Amino acid sequence: MMTLSGAGRRRWGAVAGVLTGSRSTLIGFVLVGAHLVLALAAPVLAPYSPIVNNGALPIDAPSLAHWAGTDQLGRDVLSRTLYGGRLALTDTALATIGVIIVGTAVGCLAAYWRGWFDEVVMRIVDAVLSVPTILALLVVVTVAGSGTWVLMLAVTTVYAPAVARVVRAAALEVIPLDYVTAARARGERAFAVLSREVLPNILDVVLVETAMRASWVVLLISSLSFLGFGADPPSPDWGLMVAENRSMLAVAPWASLAPIIALATLVIGLNLAADGLAKSLGVDRMRGGVA
Amino acid sequence: MIRYVLRRLALAVLTVWLASLGIFLAVHALPGDVATQILGRDATPQAVAAMRTELGLNEPLWQRYGDWLSGALHGDFGTSLVTHQPVADELTLRLRNTLLIAALAIVLGIVLALVCGVVAGLTRDRWPDMLISTLSLAGMSMPEFVIATLLALAFAVAIPIFPAVVTAGPDATVAELLPALWLPACALSVVMAAYIIRMLRTSVIDTMASEFVATARLRGLAPARVVLRHALPSALLPTVNVVAMNIAWLLGGVVVVESVFNYPGLGVLTVDAVHNRDLPVLQAIALLGAATYALLNLAADVVAMLLNPRLRRRAVA
Repeated sequence: MMTLSGAGRRRWGAVAGVLTGSRSTLIGFVLVGAHLVLALAAPVLAPYSPIVNNGALPIDAPSLAHWAGTDQLGRDVLSRTLYGGRLALTDTALATIGVIIVGTAVGCLAAYWRGWFDEVVMRIVDAVLSVPTILALLVVVTVAGSGTWVLMLAVTTVYAPAVARVVRAAALEVIPLDYVTAARARGERAFAVLSREVLPNILDVVLVETAMRASWVVLLISSLSFLGFGADPPSPDWGLMVAENRSMLAVAPWASLAPIIALATLVIGLNLAADGLAKSLGVDRMRGGVA
Repeated sequence: MIRYVLRRLALAVLTVWLASLGIFLAVHALPGDVATQILGRDATPQAVAAMRTELGLNEPLWQRYGDWLSGALHGDFGTSLVTHQPVADELTLRLRNTLLIAALAIVLGIVLALVCGVVAGLTRDRWPDMLISTLSLAGMSMPEFVIATLLALAFAVAIPIFPAVVTAGPDATVAELLPALWLPACALSVVMAAYIIRMLRTSVIDTMASEFVATARLRGLAPARVVLRHALPSALLPTVNVVAMNIAWLLGGVVVVESVFNYPGLGVLTVDAVHNRDLPVLQAIALLGAATYALLNLAADVVAMLLNPRLRRRAVA
């Protein structure tokens, strides 16, 4: 495990203070935590199956038996929404981890090696970022087909470059410092220098990026499902649920409303958490832009 | 200054060229045969062979890339695999329709963002700021299809002022499309404004706390004059890039929002192209997106330079 320097440890102590000090940050972490608990406990909490019709009437308004009503196939909307959280959280976690690992590795190496590698990588980053996210994703989906792993790969391809750019900028500030120079002078290898000296000191930037990208990944994956290129029916994916019930919007708004509320609370939670982290760690959140 | 602009322009051209290479390679060099992908797994070998000839897949990769790129530079993006019409014709028609919503969304979004961002910044931590900040966070946190769906629920179902679904085809006249423009444009402008508001709010707060604004106040100038003539120009500066990024984002946003309303623009064309595996159309749209993004970034850099005398001087030196 990597160890934190003295300054680093003090900063992390301050983080704990800010997390409990700012109301909106606390709300953010509570929202994300609640989503985690609900997703983990979905099999216990969900009153019905998320996939099968349980003999209930289709488009039944919310009642004591079906708290969030039923959809056009008579499935319990609450159960579907609860199980949908498991999908949303696993997909988001996997994709975000991929994005952060690839982005951090590429960004660190570009900052460490500089020279032609840095030039080439940054031009490629510019090129990837210049194609609108959804379009880039759709190109990959068209060629490679859908499915969870293709989706993870596609999301990593479109978001890792932005992370690489931010991480590179942060690493460039750390690498000229004396302790990194000392480690290089000792003859340590690039991996050792980066993981032991550089990474612990840009961990704040990486952490804020993680929270921020996670919120975008949720939006991106649900949009893709909504367009019909993500999860396949009868999956209780939130984006897919909104798409399936679109034609019933006027008669059965509840069937769309539950997944919409779930999506919005998760992303608001992630955004507030990212804001709070950025503020307490002193990282400029806007640095990465919005592309 | 001209040298700076020229360098930026060269960089933009390089970016678009790399993007074109990436798009082409993504479509043609990824594992799996494109012809089989298009026709499905149970296509006859003859059909696959015919499709390979139609796509020109039997020629070497670099020659195909060269042909595609030189065609694209002359405005020829090949033929659609579905309609067998030139891609460029369809693209021009759809582009006009999308530009209609995009223009409306940009105007609405920037006006909304300017008013809300400045009000929020000036009333920091009091109720107007709390309200605007909460709403913009919600706007940022909801996918475009959710905002579009909620707008449709409110203004097409509950209060039927606008159509929920567009029935006009791609070649409809502007007058026919006019009533259908508002909901998609509003949905886009809400998301766009949400980001700009957050940026502008911080920027206004920083500027209002600066010494030159304090001086202007102490000179006894009217508050409105202090804000509009002194604070706003420098508060807008950091926002220029965010605005440009958001306009570029619109290109992706239209894909989702147009689908919600079935608006006959580039977005719906994209989704159809993906469904039908119409690769020439998809390639053309992706390249168009990359070129627009690069141009917008270039424009943002130039505008930022014109607004900031310090940057202007440094660029000359």
